[in-house]
Amino acid sequence: MYDGWKIILGLVVFVIIVTLPFTMSIGRDYVKPQPSIDTPEIQKMEKKQCIESKQYMRETHIKLLYSWKDYASREGKRVYIASDGKEYTISLQNTCMKCHSNKEKFCDECHNYVSVKPYCWDCHIEPKVGGLK
Amino acid sequence: MITRRDFLKISAFASLIGLGGSLSIEALEKKQGPQVLKDLKALKGKRWAMAIDTRKFKTQEDFDKVIKACHKAHNVPEIINPLHEVKWIWTEDYEHSFPGTAEHYISKEVKERKFLLLCNHCDNAPCTRVCPVKATFKREDGITMQDMHRCIGCKFCMAGCPYGARNYNFLPPRDYIKELNPEYPTRMLGVVEKCTFCNERIDRGLLPYCVEASEGKIIFGDLYDPNSEIRKVLAENIIIRRKVELGTQPMVFYII
Amino acid sequence: MLDLALKGRPRYWIWVSFLITMIIIGFICWMREHHVGAALTTGLSRDVSWGFHVGQLTFFVGVAASAVLVVLPYYFHNYKIFGRIAVIGEFLAVGCVLIAMLSVFVIMGQPSRVWNVILHPTPHSIIFWDMVVLITYLSLNLLCGWTILHAEKKSAPPPKWIKPFIYWAILWAPSIHTVTAFLYAGLPGRPHWMTALQAAHFLATAFAAGPSLLIILSMIIKKVSKFDPGQQAINKLAEIATYALIIHLFFIGLEFFTAFYSQIPDHMAALKYLYVGYEGHTGMVSWMAISTLLAFTGLLIFIFPPLRKWNVTKLIGALCIFFSIWMDKGFAFVVSGFIPNPFDKVTEAWIALNEFLVAAGVWSVGALVITVLYKIAITVKEKAVFDKYGHKQIVD
Repeated sequence: MYDGWKIILGLVVFVIIVTLPFTMSIGRDYVKPQPSIDTPEIQKMEKKQCIESKQYMRETHIKLLYSWKDYASREGKRVYIASDGKEYTISLQNTCMKCHSNKEKFCDECHNYVSVKPYCWDCHIEPKVGGLK
Repeated sequence: MITRRDFLKISAFASLIGLGGSLSIEALEKKQGPQVLKDLKALKGKRWAMAIDTRKFKTQEDFDKVIKACHKAHNVPEIINPLHEVKWIWTEDYEHSFPGTAEHYISKEVKERKFLLLCNHCDNAPCTRVCPVKATFKREDGITMQDMHRCIGCKFCMAGCPYGARNYNFLPPRDYIKELNPEYPTRMLGVVEKCTFCNERIDRGLLPYCVEASEGKIIFGDLYDPNSEIRKVLAENIIIRRKVELGTQPMVFYII
Repeated sequence: MLDLALKGRPRYWIWVSFLITMIIIGFICWMREHHVGAALTTGLSRDVSWGFHVGQLTFFVGVAASAVLVVLPYYFHNYKIFGRIAVIGEFLAVGCVLIAMLSVFVIMGQPSRVWNVILHPTPHSIIFWDMVVLITYLSLNLLCGWTILHAEKKSAPPPKWIKPFIYWAILWAPSIHTVTAFLYAGLPGRPHWMTALQAAHFLATAFAAGPSLLIILSMIIKKVSKFDPGQQAINKLAEIATYALIIHLFFIGLEFFTAFYSQIPDHMAALKYLYVGYEGHTGMVSWMAISTLLAFTGLLIFIFPPLRKWNVTKLIGALCIFFSIWMDKGFAFVVSGFIPNPFDKVTEAWIALNEFLVAAGVWSVGALVITVLYKIAITVKEKAVFDKYGHKQIVD
């Protein structure tokens, strides 16, 4: 085999790079993310439910938000009628974050865990800790 | 401004909806899945337009009130350097507001007047024509909308706009906002922004901030409705527009 | 064939390392712009929203389009003299289209969203078409150049299926520059750009600057390798550049006539700004004076056959024409379109260091691709002593 050692060295480097995500997390503690819904706004609610079911929100909240952004800013549709018939204003800042006023303990909890960085907050203003004034 | 007649029409319509509201929600409940609708309170117009009564703006305070109402509500950064400033609505003198058509021998009073400038929401908007991603586009009601989620920051619209109404975020905008309005987003580095005729307010049945803050000095309404107040003031006064010769059909009229 | 680019003398590797270093520097500067904002890192402003990078797009699309000047006579009219440099022209086009495309990419304020152009295709936007035609032209030239060179390597005639692609590329060359002109020529508020002459003028400048660059590159190739692109071919290119340059200067004259005989202020303003200054703003006057001087020096050299044919003056002439047009089309043309601004005021613009380094990185990407492709082509050609017409193409 010509240049055999070069090929083997290349393969070794390749394997090291590809397995980096796994090797890097060796020895780290796994802390299960526990997003908190303990905000004054949610505590006040009789039935502690988001606009849709917990399961639905967990799985598709980003799709929902993506569709909301287009409905509101492109089509001028700003009313969301949930599956249970309740009406909500389509707004990340003025609907979602009014209840979930604890971005760090709610949004970031899972996002940090799975290492995703949604760019929502580059423009949208996150609520101040302790609720919006 | 909504006339009394319009107000009656809207409130009559709204009360009808109110009656039907509970019914419609029940009807929707039978459908599977969620629904997305326009707000019933939304102002309805085929072609929104604005008439600025330049005779009524007398003091600097008159202008400041209007500009501040808009800029504060929309989290517009205050950048001092004119090269990189961001402005949705601002003032300019007669000569530079209407270059090419400004009359040299017009009365001294007009020459010294200031004019409020903003996006003209052109009926035939060149900016929407050149945008490669439809980040800026025409709404059905005539608003030249800017979708700051989609803008790629190519700045073609800035070359396309003959009115200098578009602003690129040359600097991180949040560093230049003194007090954030938590109800409205900011923008980010590298996108283009401009006046959106307060579409977010129109969609909820409110008039634009500048119109509200002007206390009657700015008239807003549907140009295609022959009975609207804006049509009345346009018919009764001497009006000019900026660079009509370009065929863009600006929707902001100036009463002289 | 790609392996041929991996063997070279030290000076080849020094050149390649230099280009890679410039690419890295450019990349860092580009990242910096997106970190601190374009205010500090570009010469752009609210009033002059396009500048150096868009100029580079305009200029290099032209150079890329000019490959047609060797491809058309050779493949379509069987003009044998261009047989050896056809592939050199095609590979130059590949590198230049890449520079053009990257130049648009680096102006984006939100580069991660660039896929929106494909996700939301917008046929009424010229940028959309620019992307379509440039990607097509890049692919066509790479395909044609590579296939023909591959055949040459095997001492076989090029495959028949490549013909339609060659003709397609020939048709495409003027189209890419026409689309570039349409970026400018259809904007209602920019009278300096809004001339029906724009596409034709762009092609004229392209057909002067492109061959000039090809002359320079051919002379370098002859110097650093055994391959000889052919003295006759180089002389022919100089002739083409001369005609194109004359047409370009004629077109400038036409613009002046229309603006100044009609006396329409909007049409005169930018020309005044470029050549004598406008309302006391003279930022571009010396730049344009140099450009004009270079154009006439180049013309003077190229219009006299002895000077055009002597290699020393030929090289000087080609450099003059290339840089004259680069200064004009690659910057001055873009900035002057924004003067005066929509309020009849003047905001001038210049090139920021960071912006220049980003552009240098972009040029280096193009130069690296051209270097690698030329290296392959030259190695292939060095192995054949005679070209397909039986002429000696190797200098010992």
